[in-house]
Amino acid sequence: MDGVHDMGGMHGFGKVQPEADEPVFHENWEARLQALYRAMSYGGVWVIDQARFAREQLPPAVYLTSSYYKKWELGMEKQLAELGLAGADELAAGHALRPGKPLKRKLTAAEVPNTITRGSFARPPQAAARFKPGDRVRTKNMHPKTHTRLPRYARDKVGVIEALRGCHVFPDTVAVGQGEDPQWLYTVLFDGRELWGENTEPSLKVSIEAFEPYLEPA
Amino acid sequence: MEQKTEHQHDHDHGSELSEMQLRVRALETVLIEKGYVEPAALDAIIETFETKVGPHIGARVVAKAWSDASFKQALLDDGTKAVLKLGALNRVGDHLIAVENTPKLHNMIVCTLCSCYPWEVLGLPPVWYKSAPYRSRAVNDPRGVLADFGIALPADTAIRVWDSTAETRFIVLPMRPEGTEGWSEEKLASLVTRDSMIGTGFPKRPGEVA
Repeated sequence: MDGVHDMGGMHGFGKVQPEADEPVFHENWEARLQALYRAMSYGGVWVIDQARFAREQLPPAVYLTSSYYKKWELGMEKQLAELGLAGADELAAGHALRPGKPLKRKLTAAEVPNTITRGSFARPPQAAARFKPGDRVRTKNMHPKTHTRLPRYARDKVGVIEALRGCHVFPDTVAVGQGEDPQWLYTVLFDGRELWGENTEPSLKVSIEAFEPYLEPA
Repeated sequence: MEQKTEHQHDHDHGSELSEMQLRVRALETVLIEKGYVEPAALDAIIETFETKVGPHIGARVVAKAWSDASFKQALLDDGTKAVLKLGALNRVGDHLIAVENTPKLHNMIVCTLCSCYPWEVLGLPPVWYKSAPYRSRAVNDPRGVLADFGIALPADTAIRVWDSTAETRFIVLPMRPEGTEGWSEEKLASLVTRDSMIGTGFPKRPGEVA
């Protein structure tokens, strides 16, 4: 979706403000939330692109003015309600008002060391890869109202396939419950000027990780 | 209303933080009461992020690559395999890609769409990495971003920005500082900063560490 989360190239957000000796968590609730999110993910209730899509659908003003972990929290509340796992009435009450639904599995403390790693998103391909390194491609001019990982700044642009990264779960379908539909993933390299115009530094190159359905031969 | 009292002194964001303390406490209580999560598992996750994963892991990888040419090649060929072999981690997620800085090329990592970050080797991302200024500007004004970090590249060094738009994850292999000949891997690792592995900083110089 063409939301405010798709920030590449936007102006007006000001300077980057690094923080010296930044703590891992600034507030205790951030740590609890990070842990709750991961424990629920382990339970198999959502996949990462569904969580991303939930955050992207927050109202733009809320997205832009909420801290990172507040966005996570609001996204989680939305998903829990949609999945019928916890209602807004229960969160408001601060207590369960109905019994829980069965989950695929429940994370125990003993299992945590084995889960602190990302899962693999690689899947068996459904067809041979359409492109190879060195091929020129044009990204599609597409504006789905649902989740996609093709950023706006890199749509309808010509680039070169730099690498084939394997066949991966396709975010655009998995985010909306339409299955993993595995697709080939490529690193596509663009000249800065192709993306940003003539006043751009000539040496700048930007790459995106693009799924095959985002690309056409150029 | 114990949380409210706790946070009365947060002048800047007091109301939001109090609200969030309450919301997350309610969320945790509901999820525990419904039998979805176990408090001890939550504690273990937090402990892992606070004490186990962090940029020290990436620093070990970089120091090894600086010291051992065959490891460096293996790292550039397949980051996941090389890091696993190093034994810095029990497991590492797939699709870790190391990209090498040279005098002619500087790499910088961003996620313009959310906050994708190689957290298994660098820990959780800093706030600035997840912020709108970085996500918006890294792809079209990387030199301006570097200036915000107080650093500048030579004019003839080209910049390559990697937007992490899928589940591939990137770590920058910075250039080994001069004057470190004969240093042990452990000592070299002390020069490797988190930001140098994102591409928004350089490693420390030999004189900056004891």
